[in-house]
Amino acid sequence: MPLTTTQTLIIMGAMTLGTVITRFLPFILFRTPKSEHSVITYLGQTLPYAAIGLLVVYCLKGVTFTATSGWVPEAISIAFTTLLHVWKGNTLLSIGLGTVLYMVLVQVVFV
Amino acid sequence: MREMKKALKAAFPHTIPILTGFLFIGMAYGMLMDSKGYGPGWSFLFSLIVLAGSAQFVGVTFLTSAFNPLYAFFMTLMINARHLFYGISMLERYKDMGKLKPYLIYGLCDETFSVICATTPPEGVNVKWFRFSITALHQLYWITGSVLGGLLGSMITFNTKGLDFVLTALFVVIFTSQWKAHPNHKPALIGLFSTAACLILFGPDRFIIPAMIGIILLLILFKKQIRGPIPEPEQGEEEIQCL
Repeated sequence: MPLTTTQTLIIMGAMTLGTVITRFLPFILFRTPKSEHSVITYLGQTLPYAAIGLLVVYCLKGVTFTATSGWVPEAISIAFTTLLHVWKGNTLLSIGLGTVLYMVLVQVVFV
Repeated sequence: MREMKKALKAAFPHTIPILTGFLFIGMAYGMLMDSKGYGPGWSFLFSLIVLAGSAQFVGVTFLTSAFNPLYAFFMTLMINARHLFYGISMLERYKDMGKLKPYLIYGLCDETFSVICATTPPEGVNVKWFRFSITALHQLYWITGSVLGGLLGSMITFNTKGLDFVLTALFVVIFTSQWKAHPNHKPALIGLFSTAACLILFGPDRFIIPAMIGIILLLILFKKQIRGPIPEPEQGEEEIQCL
């Protein structure tokens, strides 16, 4: 545990607050279901896609190009996961095998 | 009480597909937490209270880097922004849910949203308790998976180096599914490239907030060009997106 118990609980509180806000906000803002809320509705439709793009990059923030071990395992595993998912479309299989491949690469091949 | 039991019985079959997914992904989460020194007790608490799969996975990185609750808060808002959309779609359905309404909204994760959208209770079953049962069962599966993963992780010792990639794989898979399912790729590309640009400009420690602001500004400024045909998510389609 890199953080103290209190710090961990505060992080948990911040995450809970963030989640609760996104879930309750529409019900608090829009008491009248039928009215037009164009910007919020528009962001509700588009932001989810942009957010996943952001998260993919976020996961790769540690990648470096100074040595092959800094980026090649990521590149191979992402290509593998993507192709497997395009081919089979099985979420659990793609995540499971992709992670195993990455673990093998960083533990055995690119040590 | 009888009404509740009846509703639970009617709801259970609809939750079976989620059972497998939540146990598996929950276990991966519990193991990842355990590998960072947060045992099954912590996984239990996070899954019980935060109750948001992808945010919890990203949350592991908040727990392993410098203490920054504000950052954790904004990241969670961004990751869960899609729930705004679910809420808007549920306004009508949840109108008359009485005292169960707060819990139903609290537990409205992607899977619960898609199952509740796609099901109606059979004749004679109370719709409030039916929806409550679906929400509560999903939460139970998620908690069980995370605790099992934490326990397993603490019993078996193996080299966990690289296990973090489960998070990358999760988002790559969601990205690929969305790419396949929706013809309009502009929002996804905006997310990818503005974040990458901010990473290069601001460095790995402070690129997320500028990236979020950039994305929202670009989406709003180019609303007309982006709009095009963005179909609303089909019921039950967003299988794991769902976390």
